[in-house]
Amino acid sequence: MSLGSIFDIAGSGMSAQSVRLNTTASNIANAETASSSTGETYRARKPVFSAVQDSLLNAGQGGFGPMAGDDGASAGVRVDGIVESDAELQMRYEPNHPAANADGYVFYPNVNVVEEMADMMSSSRSFQMNVDVMNTAKSMMQRILTLGQQ
Amino acid sequence: MAISFDKALGIHELALNTRVRRAEVLANNLANADTPGFKARDLDFRAILAQAGGDGSGLALEQSNPGHMGASDSGADGELMYRNPLQPSIDGNTVDAQQEQSAFMRNAMDYQASFQFLNNSFAGLTKALRGE
Repeated sequence: MSLGSIFDIAGSGMSAQSVRLNTTASNIANAETASSSTGETYRARKPVFSAVQDSLLNAGQGGFGPMAGDDGASAGVRVDGIVESDAELQMRYEPNHPAANADGYVFYPNVNVVEEMADMMSSSRSFQMNVDVMNTAKSMMQRILTLGQQ
Repeated sequence: MAISFDKALGIHELALNTRVRRAEVLANNLANADTPGFKARDLDFRAILAQAGGDGSGLALEQSNPGHMGASDSGADGELMYRNPLQPSIDGNTVDAQQEQSAFMRNAMDYQASFQFLNNSFAGLTKALRGE
């Protein structure tokens, strides 16, 4: 029985989505963080997801019948890293801003708030989906525990 | 006349195991719904059952090592197959979340049905053992 691994899979999905939500929160919070040079300016952060391929390594353990030999099914998702967007920063002419440079310009982050909001909804839906999967796996598991009971 | 568990339980044990495995595959698809380049996969339930029923090829290759491949390349021996995407996204991901979710729910229902059959078999065996 490998119902237990569904918990791991859905759990990895939930944690990946919460990392994504976390970066979205950080991006939106810093959407208006101005600075005086391009190097110091906050840049939008995005997580990079990839599928975990671990059954390739322990293939065939506990196999039975026609299902003997696992098939390289991946086991969940992981966050490979968080990259900063290299989109262009917004340069605004605000000479009265305390962070304005010698020419009177300040740099604002390349965060697209609309995009971030859409990302936020997408990640929260994906999170819900994983919770649903986990709930279903739980009820399947609880059911198997009643096998043979009258 | 001996009571054999294998005969009494029939195909339902395998069916239940296959359902569990399919649930795992579908859960994995759903977890990777936002992974770029991820290809959705699924099991061919019918092929697995047909093979178990004996009307598949009786000449399977012997696999002395778990890394060995089977003789069939059609996925008939329970291999995972890639789903044909209805609407592939630009990042190479072929997971259709709605489709996967409905397949997952349906699989959970089928699991309950298989479970019920299995449970009834056990109830029958218990009844025979009691002899009441």
